[in-house]
Amino acid sequence: MLDIRDLQVEVSGERILKGVNLTVNAGEIHAVMGPNGSGKSTLTHVIAGKPGYDVVQGEVVFEGIDLLELSPDQRAREGIFLAFQYPVELPGVRNRQLLKSALDAVRLHRGQEELSAREFDKLFKTKVKEIGMDAELMKRSVNEGFSGGEKKRSEILQLSMLDPKLALLDETDSGLDIDALKSISESINRRVSSDRSTLLVTHYQRILNYVQPDCVHVLVDGIIVESGGRELASELEASGYKSFKDKDIQE
Amino acid sequence: MTNPKVISRTSSDKELNSDYKYGFVTDIETDLAPKGVNEDIVRLISAKKNEPEFLLEWRLKAYRHWLKQAGKDPDWAKIKFPAIDYQDIHYYASPVQAPQLESLDEVDPELIEAFNKLGIPIEEQKKMSGVAVDAIFDSSSVATTYQESLEKAGVIFCSMSEAVQRYPDLVRKYLGSVVPYSDNYYATLNSAVFSDGSFVYVPPGVRCPMELMTYFRINAEESGQFERTLIIADKGSSVSYLEGCTAPMRKSHQLHAAVVELVALDDAEIKYSTLQNWYPGDKNGEGGVYNFVTKRGKALGNNSKISWTQVETGSAITWKYPSVILQGDNSVGEFYSVALVNNHQQADTGTKMIHIGRNTKSTIVAKGISAGKGSNTYRGLVQIMPSAQNATNFTQCDSLLIGDKCGAHTVPYIDVRNQTARMEHEASTSKVSDDQLFYSMQRGISEEESHYMIVNGFCRGIFQELPFEFAMEAQQLLRVNLEGAVG
Repeated sequence: MLDIRDLQVEVSGERILKGVNLTVNAGEIHAVMGPNGSGKSTLTHVIAGKPGYDVVQGEVVFEGIDLLELSPDQRAREGIFLAFQYPVELPGVRNRQLLKSALDAVRLHRGQEELSAREFDKLFKTKVKEIGMDAELMKRSVNEGFSGGEKKRSEILQLSMLDPKLALLDETDSGLDIDALKSISESINRRVSSDRSTLLVTHYQRILNYVQPDCVHVLVDGIIVESGGRELASELEASGYKSFKDKDIQE
Repeated sequence: MTNPKVISRTSSDKELNSDYKYGFVTDIETDLAPKGVNEDIVRLISAKKNEPEFLLEWRLKAYRHWLKQAGKDPDWAKIKFPAIDYQDIHYYASPVQAPQLESLDEVDPELIEAFNKLGIPIEEQKKMSGVAVDAIFDSSSVATTYQESLEKAGVIFCSMSEAVQRYPDLVRKYLGSVVPYSDNYYATLNSAVFSDGSFVYVPPGVRCPMELMTYFRINAEESGQFERTLIIADKGSSVSYLEGCTAPMRKSHQLHAAVVELVALDDAEIKYSTLQNWYPGDKNGEGGVYNFVTKRGKALGNNSKISWTQVETGSAITWKYPSVILQGDNSVGEFYSVALVNNHQQADTGTKMIHIGRNTKSTIVAKGISAGKGSNTYRGLVQIMPSAQNATNFTQCDSLLIGDKCGAHTVPYIDVRNQTARMEHEASTSKVSDDQLFYSMQRGISEEESHYMIVNGFCRGIFQELPFEFAMEAQQLLRVNLEGAVG
C-alpha cells in the first residue's frame, strides 16, 4: 500500500530524515518508535504533504501513485488521514461542518454520492457514541476549548468518519488517561481489515499493549535502525533508545 | 417564517463572463439631467418630483452650505482616491415612464427584466414571498411590492418621492432630524440633490408583518446615486429592514452618497441589515463604486432599540459609519459588521455610539477581512455623555489577514464623560494560519474551500444576526468575493 524509498528530507537546510525505507502492506499495522527529535512526526507530515519540508531525495508511493506530486487535499482524498499530534482550532467552524465538507469531498472522489444531511447526521451520531465523545462538545467549533484528551478523541472520530485506507497516527496516545487510551485503541483495532492500514508513531510502548502491530520500526536520528515484530517494542521498553543510538554510531 | 429568495447569484447571460455577476447594463431610455451641480439642477430635481416649497428650501440651504465647503472632502479616513470632479456627474438619471403608474403592468418590461436578472422579481405573480421590496433604479423607485398588505397593517412603505407627496408632514418632521443637512460633506451634497429612496413608517404598537427590503441598482453611466431613506418606528412598534445593492461594471468610478435616517420612539425597535455588493472595480483597481454613505439612527424613545448589521463586500471604497444616538433612557444600540476587501478595495468603516440617556447599552462587533492588496480600517467612536448614567458598551474588533500585501487597521475612539460608565474593548488580528489550512486540507477539503470555511467561521457571529435567507446570501457573497484571493 505504502512504499517509502530512501526518503531524505530537510527543514530549513537541516537534514531530518536521512534515507528512510518503509513498506506498509494492506491490512497491516506498523508502529514507528523513537526518541524525541528522531524524525517521527516529520515522517507523517511528509507523507501527508505538509508544507515546509524539502524532500531532497527518495520517493513515497501510495497504491502506485507518486504522493509527492499531490497536494495535501488530493492525498487526503486518495485515502490518507493524519491524526495530528497537536490539532489546531478553527474558530467559528463547526465540527459537523468540517466533517460534512470533508466526507463529501472524499466520497465524491471515490465516486460515491454525497450523504444527505439526514444520513450524515445518523452516521455522525453513531460514531460520536462509539468513540465516547461528549455530543455537546461536537456543537462547538473545531477543537475550540477542547482538552488535550478531547482533541485526540476528536481526531479519532474524524478518522472513523472518513474511513481512510491509510491512517497516520502522530502520537495519538500521548497525554491520554488509561480509559481514553483503551477507547482509542479499540477504535484503531476496529479499523483492521484487509484493505485498511495504520502507521502509528509513538514514544511509548504503552499503546502497544492494546494495539497489536504487525511490525515495529525504530527510528533514530532520521534513520530506521531496526525493524522487527512486536517483541522489539518490549525490548525498547526495557533498554531504552540508547542502545540503538550506540548501534547507529558503531555502524 | 419568511422565505425570501434574495439577491441572485447566478445569471444565465453568457456575456457575464466575470467574477462580478451583476455587471450587466440595461438598455433603457433614461431621463438624464445635464452633468454638474448648481442651483438650477437642485431646482430641476425638486421640480421633477413636484416637491413642496419647504423641501426645495431645505435642498437649497444644503446646496449653499455645500458650496461653502467645496473642495473640502473629508480627509481623515484611511482611504486614497483622486479628487472627485463633482461637475462631471449626472445628478439626475431616471428611467422614462408614465408619471403615475396604476399597476406594475405599466412598468417598462426592460426594467422588470433587469430586476429579474438580479433575482429580485417585482411582478405581482413572481414577487418574493414574505418580503416587500422597493426597487430603485438609478434615481427612481420603479416598484414597491406588497404595498396593499402593508397598508392593511397600517405600515407605510413607499418611495421617498411618494412619501413627499402623500405624507409631507411626516417627512417634514423627521427628514434631517437625525442627519442634519450640515452634517458632513457627502450628507450635505445628498441633502441638496437626493433623488429617491425608501420611506417607512410603522404606527404605534404595530409589528411590521414582513421584512421590508430596498434594492438599489445603479445603471446609467457617469451618474451618481444619492438616495435618502427614512424609517420611523412609532411607539411600541418594530420593523426589520433589508438593503441590497449592485451596479454594472464601468471603467469609470461611480459615486454613491446616500443618507439613511432611523428614528425609534418609546419601546420601538428597528433592525437594519445591509448586503453591500456594489461593483468593486477590476483586479487592477480600475472602476468601482465610491460608497460614501451616512447612516444614523436615533433611539429617541425610552427602551427603544436600533440594530445595524452590515456585510460589506463590494465597492472600490467604502466610507460609512452606521451610528446610533442613544437618547432615550434604557435604549440599546448595536452594530454588527463584516467588511471584506480584496484586490485594490479600500474600506474605512465602523460606527459611533453616542450615549445620552440613562442605562443605555451599546454593542459593537466588527470583523474585518483583508485579502489581495486591500486596505481595511475599523474606525469607531463610543461617547458617554455626562447625562448617561450607568451606560455600558462592549466592543470587539477582529481582523483577519489573507496573504501579505493587505492591511488591517483599528482606530477606536473612546470618550467617557460619566464615571459610572462600564466599557469593554477587545481586539484581535490574526492570519489564516498555514497550520489551519493544512489541517482542513488534510481532511480532503480543497484549498479554496478551506479558506472560505475558515473565513466564514470568523464571520459566524455576525451572520447569525441576519435574517436566515440573507445570511445564506451573505455567505455566498463572501465566497464570490474571496475568489482569487488564494494562491
